Amino acid sequence: MSEFNGEIKKMMIILSKATLENVYAAFVLANGARMEGIEAEMFFTFFGLEAIHKNKLEHLHVATVGNPAMHMPTMLGGLPGMEALATSMMKKEMEKIDMPDVHEFLEILTASGVKLWACKLAMEMFHYKKEDLYEGVNGVITVGDFYKQGSGLGAHMLFI
Amino acid sequence: MIAGKTITVNEEGYLTNFAQWDKEVGEALAAEANIALSPRHWEVITYLQNEHKNDVALSIRRIGKSGLVDIKEFYVLFPNAPLKTATKIAGIPKPASCI
Repeated sequence: MSEFNGEIKKMMIILSKATLENVYAAFVLANGARMEGIEAEMFFTFFGLEAIHKNKLEHLHVATVGNPAMHMPTMLGGLPGMEALATSMMKKEMEKIDMPDVHEFLEILTASGVKLWACKLAMEMFHYKKEDLYEGVNGVITVGDFYKQGSGLGAHMLFI
Repeated sequence: MIAGKTITVNEEGYLTNFAQWDKEVGEALAAEANIALSPRHWEVITYLQNEHKNDVALSIRRIGKSGLVDIKEFYVLFPNAPLKTATKIAGIPKPASCI
């Protein structure tokens, strides 16, 4: 106990949204932890599950409605094609700064030792099966299981 | 003083003058990080030094695409904070990368 000086040992990151900006934020935080020698585990719940769903992870969008930082009138953001346009613009910018796409990012995360967990309750709610998920996912677990994973000194939880 | 030589480092322990680096310094820096350097480690270190010489911004993604080592092996070779540790041993600056 006396050896512990408040260092971050493990990041437990919960992703509940599937908008591209949130998914990337969660991925960068998990990968960044590993780069610093900090353990990282992710829990995908509710819409966050789309980030590890084989058929959906390549088609995530930026939110144009309800996102004040887009500096776009909400009415305009709701027009057909607007999300797709904003998304393709953002993807271009990301490629410029050497940001991988969602699938490649998942590969980087698993190769780096990040554990990926799917929320059991949300899986049931959306009628998803384990086979629907990205093959690097470690398992489908309950909230209680995830808390158990995060036990120990220096573990921090983050909800996105 | 390391490996019988005087080296200057910044507050995080990174060499500030690559001219002061040689293999013995690299060995000594690796020992400080509890890593025994194998020929495979040296291949990666040499790769990092060359990339740095060519002004390539180093990142985990870039390492994965190097064709030399994949990300998984990179983490096995340099278990704790691989990019930070490997660049320190290589005598080059710490990459300011988030990916």
